[in-house]
Amino acid sequence: MYSGKLCSKEPVKTKEQLQALLKDTRGKTYYKEMQNLEVDTDLLWKTIQTTLNSRIKTWLEICSRCGICAESCFLYLANDKDPTQIPSYKIQSTLGEIIKRKGDVDNAFMQTAMETTWGKCTCCNRCAMYCPNGIDTGVMFSYLRGLLYQQGFVPLEMKIGAGMHRIYYAQMDITDEDFIDTFEWIVEEYEKDYQGLKVPVDVKNADIMYTVNAREVKYYPEDLAYAAILFNLAQENWTVTSKGWEETSLAMFAGDWEACKIQVKHVYEAMERLKPKRMIGTECGHAHRATVIEGPYWMGRKDGKPPVESIHYVEWVAEALRTGKLKINPEKRIKTPVTIQDSCNYVRNGGLKDITREIISYIVEPGYFVEMEPCGENNFCCGGGGGFNGIGIYRNHRNKGLTVKRDQIIKTGAKLVLAPCHNCWDAIRDLEEEFKIGIKWSFLKPLLIDMVEIPESMKPAS
Amino acid sequence: MYQFLTGFMFWVSVSIFFIGLFVRFIFYFTGLNWRLDRVAYKSYPFYGIKGALKSVFKWLFPFLTRVWRKHFFITIASFAFHVGAVIVPFFLLAHNVFIRGKLGIFHSIILNQLTADILSWLVVIGAVILTIRRIVLPQARILTRGYDYFILFLAVAPFITGLCARYEVGNYSFWLYSHIIFGEVFLIAAPFTKLSHLVLFFASRIQIGMDFEIKRGGMKSKNGMAW
Ligand code: SF4
Ligand code: SF4
Repeated sequence: MYSGKLCSKEPVKTKEQLQALLKDTRGKTYYKEMQNLEVDTDLLWKTIQTTLNSRIKTWLEICSRCGICAESCFLYLANDKDPTQIPSYKIQSTLGEIIKRKGDVDNAFMQTAMETTWGKCTCCNRCAMYCPNGIDTGVMFSYLRGLLYQQGFVPLEMKIGAGMHRIYYAQMDITDEDFIDTFEWIVEEYEKDYQGLKVPVDVKNADIMYTVNAREVKYYPEDLAYAAILFNLAQENWTVTSKGWEETSLAMFAGDWEACKIQVKHVYEAMERLKPKRMIGTECGHAHRATVIEGPYWMGRKDGKPPVESIHYVEWVAEALRTGKLKINPEKRIKTPVTIQDSCNYVRNGGLKDITREIISYIVEPGYFVEMEPCGENNFCCGGGGGFNGIGIYRNHRNKGLTVKRDQIIKTGAKLVLAPCHNCWDAIRDLEEEFKIGIKWSFLKPLLIDMVEIPESMKPAS
Repeated sequence: MYQFLTGFMFWVSVSIFFIGLFVRFIFYFTGLNWRLDRVAYKSYPFYGIKGALKSVFKWLFPFLTRVWRKHFFITIASFAFHVGAVIVPFFLLAHNVFIRGKLGIFHSIILNQLTADILSWLVVIGAVILTIRRIVLPQARILTRGYDYFILFLAVAPFITGLCARYEVGNYSFWLYSHIIFGEVFLIAAPFTKLSHLVLFFASRIQIGMDFEIKRGGMKSKNGMAW
């Protein structure tokens, strides 16, 4: 069976392979090789037979083909109601067809399926709320990602991302040393502004073990400093771990289930080693989904929970503000029209809508907060979820998809969009770049840093 | 012929219908897998039951969910169709008399003639609207296969023939025979076709209700999933 140098059924196993993939600008060679990739139809059918159970089978069978789910999908709306963007159509013409043909599909079919799977669905699960039969097309697409990944039909960046987790236990080439060095360095930079600021590493039995998104280490190290400052201001007994510090999982977006397990196991081992009371993850939606919501199942944990109680950053912020651990200077509350982007991964799929509204009640001057329509569990995907932001060949699909969020934001009249999720943050930054609607966007940490009161003991010595 | 259809075939079709659907319902749940589905079905019975009940109840009545409110016409048409299709066969006087002859059971809730007529007509009208919708709306048209029309036909044929018999349009016994045959075809086909949604609708709604309540935020948000 044909196997390309870059594009093959094999997952990335070495740093060299990763390097080669990274060097392949726009995946020129990768996608060229994909043209020759053969489908292992026996493997495909065997995998389906062992992993497809009554839930998905029933969904595909009883779909009324009513099309009610059409308008639930932001990509259908963004693409001028193109019927081929209807959730049911997308899944029936891919997964449904593969099953009907008992896995007997060819290269061209798989490439189209790949485009539909990563370029026409972000696995936001919104359609699941709108289907009378309770059909969750997002879940089916996430299953299909696994099948396609196994056959090598996966966008370049997803292959790289999953490979990163396999090699670095992080979504990018950041080593454990890089992580600790960066964290310590950036915290040092802020030491003079906040007396006693430090980053505790590998402290056992702390109250909090903090995990991050490797992007912060690489691109936004201030975010690490802000986290340290806020934990210190709140006088939390916290720590980071020198191994297993990455909360995200591009492997989940890629459908590389084995790498998902490798990644989350690493984090859970850190929990078991350091035995913190709680794990708190950074402002990232899919990281929370991967490590807190799905991860336990990848690890076969029967109660569906990680080894220690694990919460999203917004939950900690709400708690710290509620209990007075962090105090907001009322003068400094937000006084511009502001809205919030509800992340699919921890709002629709994690129930944290009320928590973020609670935060808003503390940090926004009454009268300035405007809800998007729709919002909460019903909110539309930011337009960049499920890996969409990062995939080069589907950039145009993504940009088109952003228009729904753009219009939602414009309608609120807000000048600032709170985006406590990395993917949402990126998508909103890109939509501002693309459409220039005159908004600012922000994580919570930088806003909080400007608003919180600093106890005397931490004020800079002058 | 009449003997055969109302005797042997009656028993065969009714048995296939009930046993078949029962088996499908049970197999749905035995076929779930907490690890593959990634839902701890059994670990949180309280949340599981709560989520399941809410997810079924809200969708069982018109206008309780956002979708039912938003899609006004299809909601009306679909409920008109389904309500009649479920109620009439069970509570029609003629069916009841027939069943008493067979089983000796007679239940006291009987539809009066007018209600039965109205409900049956609603089934037919509902089916017509659903068919037109499939033809006219692009988002339904692209999804619809011949099979979907066939299923709709299987469901509505007993009602059309039943009404023709009721109004004695032309040859009464022709319509009566057709009615019995289509009724039995429906009963036999149900477990093996998409008509199985009769029970799998509930199964699927129970699953997704548990899924969101147990795993996806039901324990964290104030009211669970806002369907
Ligand atoms: S709303 Fe549900 S039943 Fe209707 S077409 Fe979409 S997935 Fe199928
Ligand atoms: S999961 Fe989201 S993006 Fe995918 S089909 Fe459903 S609504 Fe569309």
